[in-house]
Amino acid sequence: MGLVPAMFPEGEYFGLLAEYDSPKALFHACEQVRDAGYRKWDAHSPFPIHGIESAMGLRRSRLPYVTLVCGLTGAIGGMALQLWANAIGYPMVISGKPFFNWQPYVPITFELGVLLAALSTVVGMFAFNKLPMHFHPLFGADRFEKVTDDGFFISVEAWDPKFDAAATERLLTSTGATRIQLVKRREGAAS
Amino acid sequence: MSHAPAVAIDSSQYSGRAFARLTGIGAALGVVGLGAALALSGDTQQFYFSWLVAYLYFLSIALGGLFFVLILTVTRAGWGVALRRVVENVMATLPIFALLFVPIWLGRHELYEWTRPEVAAHSPILQGKSPYLNEGFFFARAIFYFVVWSGFATYFSTQSQKQDENGDERISARLRGLAPVGIMLFALTTTFATIDWLMCLEPEWYSTMFGVYFFSGSVVAILSVTLLLVNFAYAQGALRGVVTVEHLQDVAKLLFGFTIFWAYIAFSQYFLIWYANIPEETIYYMKRQVGSWKSAGMFLAFGHFLVPFFFLMPRAVKRRSGLLVAIATWLLMMHFLDLHWCVMPVLHHDGIQLGATDVAAFCAVGGVFLAALGWVSSRRALVPLRDPRLPESLSFENV
Repeated sequence: MGLVPAMFPEGEYFGLLAEYDSPKALFHACEQVRDAGYRKWDAHSPFPIHGIESAMGLRRSRLPYVTLVCGLTGAIGGMALQLWANAIGYPMVISGKPFFNWQPYVPITFELGVLLAALSTVVGMFAFNKLPMHFHPLFGADRFEKVTDDGFFISVEAWDPKFDAAATERLLTSTGATRIQLVKRREGAAS
Repeated sequence: MSHAPAVAIDSSQYSGRAFARLTGIGAALGVVGLGAALALSGDTQQFYFSWLVAYLYFLSIALGGLFFVLILTVTRAGWGVALRRVVENVMATLPIFALLFVPIWLGRHELYEWTRPEVAAHSPILQGKSPYLNEGFFFARAIFYFVVWSGFATYFSTQSQKQDENGDERISARLRGLAPVGIMLFALTTTFATIDWLMCLEPEWYSTMFGVYFFSGSVVAILSVTLLLVNFAYAQGALRGVVTVEHLQDVAKLLFGFTIFWAYIAFSQYFLIWYANIPEETIYYMKRQVGSWKSAGMFLAFGHFLVPFFFLMPRAVKRRSGLLVAIATWLLMMHFLDLHWCVMPVLHHDGIQLGATDVAAFCAVGGVFLAALGWVSSRRALVPLRDPRLPESLSFENV
């Protein structure tokens, strides 16, 4: 196991890494990989490419539901806490107002709703992206360094049900990849 | 002089001819409404109050249009160019509101108790306020508001139309330079107009938030009207393929945001007055908690905020024009109730009394507004054809 995250299944290879020479080539390659029915694959680029999510066939994120549930939890919790504390737990007369009144609790209800919504969005974003991830098998591929500079890549993971080293390589070649390499699961590229 | 690239839109997509029928419908509605309002109101005070609500209602839509155009210009918004002309057309009706103001000026003694000498004589507060609250200054201020609003609305509208003909990109630059001035003047005039025409119905009461309150409602109104007008154009075969679901989604996002903003302002005003508990401030809400006024206020909290808040939250709803038409119609009704709830407790102390005069005055002002809107819209393209950022707007997509 070691540095390799447990989320990747066992096996000798991580998958195939295909390199493209332009964002446009990557974009169209993504459409073909998507149409070929692959699920466990990703595109890598130094900068965001407009419309790539539909070219990759990505579904919409589930993150908004996390935000909604946690935001409502925060709001309801905030209101409930204040109502209980001020009206039931520790009733105190404050400037002649009734114990049980909703008006002064609205700002804190709102704040707690926003707070939990915002925090859960950040935490949820990390969780859905499987972050933090301190090592990734692709770091072993020497060409992959270019992804922070001028390299455009598609990686197809070996545990994709449709993955077949030879057939997948043929597909990636046909999408216009300039270079394809097999990436080992632990250290470095195989070829 | 550089020319904007020609965009492939055919004339059926941008023809405003379909709006011509609004002119006739509006004119008929206006005449019938005015006649009915005058005939029905044996009580002239009722007529003036109904007129004031209807006037503020349609004025808020047109002013919202001015704000929307100014904010699109000042932010150099690319996305909104495709639907900007529709909003410009609403804004361009502003000059007619100077004419529609005449009944309010004529009815000032019925509407505004501070104009009655016998009331002012018994009120030290009103005497103290007389440097501001006197008829001459009131009239002068109204003139000033109309000059500012009509000036900016007409200039922005005609310049945009001029660009259709000559494609001059410098027009965009010039309007962008002028828009910040417009926004500042808009903020001042709208705030003071709200104080003059709405807040001073109860001249001894004041709230520093009142101008923003009216403004927040007016933005909700113009966004709703924009959604309705785009869908009206769709039904007539215009704007299809120009204003897309992506643009509607963005308008719906703004609508979602501004219903929250309205609630935020409405609650803040209520909350501060509730907390401080000073009689001269609480009187406003005391009057509005009598009888059915209280139910109306609660209904607003739900109908003007909670319902649209949860309704407009999902992305899928913001991309369905049928649902957007439904919520826009609902919010326009809520906006009317909001203004009615602000104005009418001054006249009807015991509870809400929505009567035939209200409907008639609404038809009268609304008819004139609709006629002006139809007249403006039918005389030019429904899309700013040679705006330099139109291609950007046409290809706009939400991420």
